[in-house]
Amino acid sequence: MLAKRIIPCLDIRNGQTVKGINFVDIKEVGDPVELGAKYAADGADELVFLDITATHEGRKTFVELVKRIAAHLNIPFTVGGGISELSDADKLLSAGADKISINSSAVRNPQLIDDLAKSFGSQFVVVAIDARGNENNHWTVTVNGGRIPTEKELFSWAKEAEDRGAGEILFTSMNHDGTKNGFANEQLSQLADSLKIPIIASGGAGTEEHFVDVFTKGKADAGLAASIFHYNEIPIPELKNYLREKGIVVR
Amino acid sequence: MKIVIIKYNAGNIESVNNALNRLGVNAEITADHEKIRNADKVIFPGVGEASTTMDYLRKHKLDELIVSLKQPVLGICLGLQLMCSHSEEGDTKCLGIFDEKVKRFVPEPGKEYITKVPHMGWNSITGLKSNLFTKELENKYVYFVHSYYAGIGKDTAATCNYIVPFSAALQKNNFYATQFHPEKSGEIGARILKNFLEI
Repeated sequence: MLAKRIIPCLDIRNGQTVKGINFVDIKEVGDPVELGAKYAADGADELVFLDITATHEGRKTFVELVKRIAAHLNIPFTVGGGISELSDADKLLSAGADKISINSSAVRNPQLIDDLAKSFGSQFVVVAIDARGNENNHWTVTVNGGRIPTEKELFSWAKEAEDRGAGEILFTSMNHDGTKNGFANEQLSQLADSLKIPIIASGGAGTEEHFVDVFTKGKADAGLAASIFHYNEIPIPELKNYLREKGIVVR
Repeated sequence: MKIVIIKYNAGNIESVNNALNRLGVNAEITADHEKIRNADKVIFPGVGEASTTMDYLRKHKLDELIVSLKQPVLGICLGLQLMCSHSEEGDTKCLGIFDEKVKRFVPEPGKEYITKVPHMGWNSITGLKSNLFTKELENKYVYFVHSYYAGIGKDTAATCNYIVPFSAALQKNNFYATQFHPEKSGEIGARILKNFLEI
């Protein structure tokens, strides 16, 4: 049976991972390649590298980094951050990325999803959606790391992204992100029922139980998290064992 | 040992080369017929669309070359599909090495977990035959990304289940093929590539 995926996400600035990491067995804690290789060895199913560099120089560094990641990593990886045209994606594909993730640029220019899917195939295109819900359960899509609300609404935007050729949806609930109180299972389940493409859940992971919930109640195909993995609060091998005990199919 | 990766208009070729490099092996990526013919091992990778890829192979006479090869050949993903007789993708006549037809997965609405196409992610392989696999690989997980599949037949060397049982690997004589991506399948994939190199 197809396994549920566990995906650590690494934020990269100027070629280095941003968050502090406490792994004792890693020499260069800032090096995304070494950290990525450790996650792969631990049993991560995929990795996401998100470039949060703003400068042009930093971008070039990122492409070079993607080449090094591709050379060392033996599992699939997605790269995102600052991809706003086909040529950006083409550079990353040539550098060895398996998938690219687009977020704000897709909101500003939805046609980008069609163009990317047509040029590189849907399996290459992950559309990331950051959304915030209000008390009336209206979920507003936000851009620029959740700072700017848009006119778009989560469920209709996710459907549009699928129709335009997205291969996966990476949904981050801004209400849950950073809380460590669990994923947005209600919204995730609603997305799963309305979409035909896989959904990666993000935002709120704090315990092993949260991953059980996101795969059962939330019906997600993959669970993504950052800090709990970076700070080794939940080691991936332990998480996988726990999920297996709970009857979730994992690798 | 001379290892050649067939160069054509497909993505993912560098990934295969990277995986070989991790095994300490250098491969040449080339479309040169002479080099391909004289290699010890040939890898035919691929991510792309069947009909345009077959057109490209025919135009460069790589179709005739591939079927005539005598050394071990490993097709990966689209490579496997093109080594079959026919693909539904673009109603394409393929190389005909394996006597299998390639069909598109039809999603089954309402069946949770197995309704999505493409089949993407980690799935387990069983019923292993061929020297591509060693016993301990039975039931291990490998990485798939595909919307089309080859059914089960006499050349099936590994089976995977997704909506229907399908060939995760095929083998006939010197021709080997995997629907999954060994180059992206972690340690297990590396072992399968190593097994191929040791045939």
